[in-house]
Amino acid sequence: MTFPWLTTLIAVPALGAVLTALVPAGRGRLAKQSALAFALLTLGVAVAVIAQFEIGGDRYQLGEQYTWIDALGIHWALGIDGIGAALVGLAAVATPIVALAMWPEADAERRDPKPFFALLLASEALILTAFLAKDLLLFYVVFEAMLIPLYFMIGMYGGPQRRYAALKFLLYNIFGGLVMLAAVIGVYVQSIDAGAPSFLLMDLMALDISANAQRWLFLGFMLAFAIKAPLWPFHTWLPDAAAEATPSNAAFLSGVADKVGTFGMIALAVPLFPVAAQDFAPVIVVLAVVSIVYGALLAIGQTDIKRLIGYVSISHFGFIVLGIFVLTGRGATGATFYMVNHGLATIALFVIAGFMIARRQSRMIADYGGIQKPAPKLAGAFLIAGLSGLALPPLATFLSEFLVIAATFEQYRAAGVIATVGIVLAALYVLWLYQRTMTGPVPEENAGTRDLGRRETMVVAPLLALILAIGVFPRTVVDVIDDGVAPTLAEVDVESPPPVVSVTDLVVEGNDH
Amino acid sequence: MNTTLLTQSVAAQTETHQAVREASGLFSGTWLLIALPLLGAALLLLGGRRLDRTGHLVGCATVIASFVVAAVLFVAMLGEGSGERAFLIPLWEWFNAGGYEVEISLLLDQLSMAFVLLITGVGSLIHVYSIGYMEHDERRRRFFGYLNLFVAAMLLLVLASDFLVLFIGWEGVGLASYLLIGFWQHKPSAAVAAKKAFVVNRVGDMGMVLAVASMLVVFGSSSYAVVFAGTENAPVGWLNAIGLFLLLAACGKSAQFPLQSWLLDAMEGPTPVSALIHAATMVTAGVYLIVRSAAIFDLAPEARTAVVVVGAVTLLMGAIIGCAKDDIKKALAGSTMSQIGYMMLAAGLGPAGYAFAIFHLITHGFFKANLFLGAGSVMHGMNDEVDMRRFGALRAAMPVTFATFAIGYLAIIGIPPFAGFFSKDQIIEAAFAEGLVVGLCALLGAGITAFYMTRVMLMTFLGSKRWAEEAHPHESPRVMTWPLIALGALSVVGGAGLLYLGGGIVDWLEPVTGEEHHDLPVPLAVLMTSTLITVLAGAAVAWLLYGRRPVPEVAPRGNPLTVAARRDLYGDAVNEGLFMRPGQYLTRSLVYAESRGVDGTIVGAAKAVGGLSTRWRRWQTGFVRSYALTMLAGAGLVVIAMLLVRLP
Repeated sequence: MTFPWLTTLIAVPALGAVLTALVPAGRGRLAKQSALAFALLTLGVAVAVIAQFEIGGDRYQLGEQYTWIDALGIHWALGIDGIGAALVGLAAVATPIVALAMWPEADAERRDPKPFFALLLASEALILTAFLAKDLLLFYVVFEAMLIPLYFMIGMYGGPQRRYAALKFLLYNIFGGLVMLAAVIGVYVQSIDAGAPSFLLMDLMALDISANAQRWLFLGFMLAFAIKAPLWPFHTWLPDAAAEATPSNAAFLSGVADKVGTFGMIALAVPLFPVAAQDFAPVIVVLAVVSIVYGALLAIGQTDIKRLIGYVSISHFGFIVLGIFVLTGRGATGATFYMVNHGLATIALFVIAGFMIARRQSRMIADYGGIQKPAPKLAGAFLIAGLSGLALPPLATFLSEFLVIAATFEQYRAAGVIATVGIVLAALYVLWLYQRTMTGPVPEENAGTRDLGRRETMVVAPLLALILAIGVFPRTVVDVIDDGVAPTLAEVDVESPPPVVSVTDLVVEGNDH
Repeated sequence: MNTTLLTQSVAAQTETHQAVREASGLFSGTWLLIALPLLGAALLLLGGRRLDRTGHLVGCATVIASFVVAAVLFVAMLGEGSGERAFLIPLWEWFNAGGYEVEISLLLDQLSMAFVLLITGVGSLIHVYSIGYMEHDERRRRFFGYLNLFVAAMLLLVLASDFLVLFIGWEGVGLASYLLIGFWQHKPSAAVAAKKAFVVNRVGDMGMVLAVASMLVVFGSSSYAVVFAGTENAPVGWLNAIGLFLLLAACGKSAQFPLQSWLLDAMEGPTPVSALIHAATMVTAGVYLIVRSAAIFDLAPEARTAVVVVGAVTLLMGAIIGCAKDDIKKALAGSTMSQIGYMMLAAGLGPAGYAFAIFHLITHGFFKANLFLGAGSVMHGMNDEVDMRRFGALRAAMPVTFATFAIGYLAIIGIPPFAGFFSKDQIIEAAFAEGLVVGLCALLGAGITAFYMTRVMLMTFLGSKRWAEEAHPHESPRVMTWPLIALGALSVVGGAGLLYLGGGIVDWLEPVTGEEHHDLPVPLAVLMTSTLITVLAGAAVAWLLYGRRPVPEVAPRGNPLTVAARRDLYGDAVNEGLFMRPGQYLTRSLVYAESRGVDGTIVGAAKAVGGLSTRWRRWQTGFVRSYALTMLAGAGLVVIAMLLVRLP
């Protein structure tokens, strides 16, 4: 038997969560160190896993399958494809960075930090499982289960309205999850009808589900994913959660956890129900474009830094969903690449905003101003994070945003043109935020603002370096994603039209002369 | 087939363009041009305080080294045959997503060579000048870091061989411009101007993004080789669309109507920045973009007409604005808009004008950098005063600045044999060959140029002293005057030299841009004479208004046109009325609607559920049997739902 790499990848953070929870009370520092160590170890395993991934190999690699409930055909089945590999990489890179960023957050609230860090690792384990699960019921279970640690993280450690925000987050997502449960059972029933009851994705994707049934089941899945992602008009839990959760928690939530929603769209909803995906694509494209513009406009109108970043995420999730439901390879690759880049950029924005809030004890933009003078490194890092938010080339976010826009323009001209308005609005919300917080004369109460400390530099530097490095050398990441996207869209009947002028024609023509 | 091979095979077969060869020998070192200033920027921005003392030297050294590389490459290029001067330098494969492949590679040909020399040459002079100008600024190291970053990005812009790679440089110069306009960001006006410049440019970037997206639809690629080779087979509608998208991008970067509003505010930046970025190089990137895309515009007549119209409108607008400004930098900024309008107009004329657009772009780079640095020198000696009504009679106090500024003045208004005479005259001729209206616009612009520049000259250096009490004007240090002298010299010989030396710039560019001659409707001598008369008339009117009479220290109210020109011909007012106010209103009402409408609906629904659940709580009897019954009912519902769904 080969080494169970993927189970190990999940077991390490799960074990870490348990051990961190067992640290004796009052040893907060030890709990933090334990969590960071396990997050780093998970990153190590993830690197080992991704290094083994072979482009052009099997669709799902490093597969593992153990029967869980035989009677119902439920399995502990794991496998990794290009899309999963990209997102596993994101989660594994992000968790230690987030752990380091949230170091002082629990202390600031005078709470025991131990549960906070244990819950972070628990969420990581569940999220990784979601990216690797090749059994629909397993996916569903972790999709719902991850709400529990996230709920407690928001509800225990956040701002004054944290309970309200946490409950809203939970109810919203559970509602979506329950509808999805009905659809999951519906798919299973389909497999029973086909004579081969199974929850294995490979079996379910091979089913020949009627168009009508596909439509209902697709809607059930999409509602859950659209709430999680979130897509307009199911987005209103996110700004509250972003504002009330601690900054690092908000970073983890919208940077990593919410990716399970968009991952579900591309890795489950589209390949399981290709006909329905095509039918509903125009509607979803419209919702996605609305999300892009609406999120951006709302971000411009915010007075609270964290709410602002929350709305930025809604706009960016719009781009991701748009890329997926253009249903061409270029769009889906761009969207998946966007998930990774948005994760890094959002985490950078939230944690740096957190550093600012820790200094000034305020989320209100109006309380800032002139920070650039006493804290130039902090301002510089915030500007670079902001520039990645507005997709400035050669930062990684640019390429993914461009691919999505270009793919959309190819299929839906009007939607493509409206989506480009997003790049103007992005410049507005990012640079206006920078202007209001960092530039201008220094008010007395901000004159003593500390610049980035060593721990904070260790949080920010790798994020920004990665965003730049992936932007300059994106080839490997894009190749891995492209490899996963091709089979995912195989059943979808949307083709990129060939170029109006084909170059190969020209070459042939030229040879005739 | 990899892109490089494809590039070569495609280019080799199209007769209108010269073949692109893969670079070998000296030419394969072209990447050094960009790497050197980029290294300088990285050192200066990441190196920390250690480099505070020597940073400016690092900044200058890397750009000068880049200029030396450029000079060597230029000499090497001269050694090649006229149609064999295009080289492709592949660096690395950027990405391949869903069949869309982009390679990071550089294209060094006659057009990019001209820009490389301008950018590194004028860039070096301005770097040296900045040593003196920024001497007392505590953030001088960072200033040089940003300036180096700009040079690197601008070089990437002109050396790219793919529109998406060009876009990296395009946004890079935009970032550098943002950072440098807002360099003194403790001033709110500077911070606002920086943001405005970036946001307005982003409107132009929409055009760039859509242009490349359209290229993907039409050609399946954004590499120059593939796109330019395919234009002949492409539908004219698409070519016009791509042309108009590119024009939108060019309008943003080059401050052309209707995206001109940011340039005047950009004068908040330190004056060397205004000289390098907002006069000599970055703002001309739009002209480069259009000339580089000649293969598209040649076959897109409607887009070309739009370019001509934009150029003609902007050249008059900028000139009129320049007439009314009392701030010396803003007067020069209006002039920059106007001069770039000339270049745009020329570029819109197609093969008849491309070379002249570039010709004027280069001479303008010389004399406008000269004028801006001269203005900076005046400010340096006058406690950063910019109001020309507080200048006057500075000729004696600043003899070198006066002499070089005077040369720049003669060059820009087009007095023979100074540089602007040759380059502007060519554009006016080509404009008349295109049509009478276009020609008259260009001619009128020349007259207004003479007016506002004479006004600047008279108000600053001649007439009576109107200095502030604490002003003690003095000549600037040598590190600032030497670059002025060098640029002054170029403003004298640059025009004739470029036009006539060794076949001149028209022949030099011909393999890239093509060439075409129009017949003039009137004899050349008549045209030249009438241009000169118009110029002299403009200068004479300025003399009557500002030379013969004393200049009041407080601006008179002025006629409606003056008032309009002072307010930038209401460009900002239009933007405010059309976009800003409605935008703010929309944003505010959306924020309100979000809390009341979208979220309100859902929270309301949740509350209703809450109310119901209080009532339903009575059902929670605690009896297992009733729970079992409920579960059964629920399961039944699920089954029914399932059956319904499965029915067709």
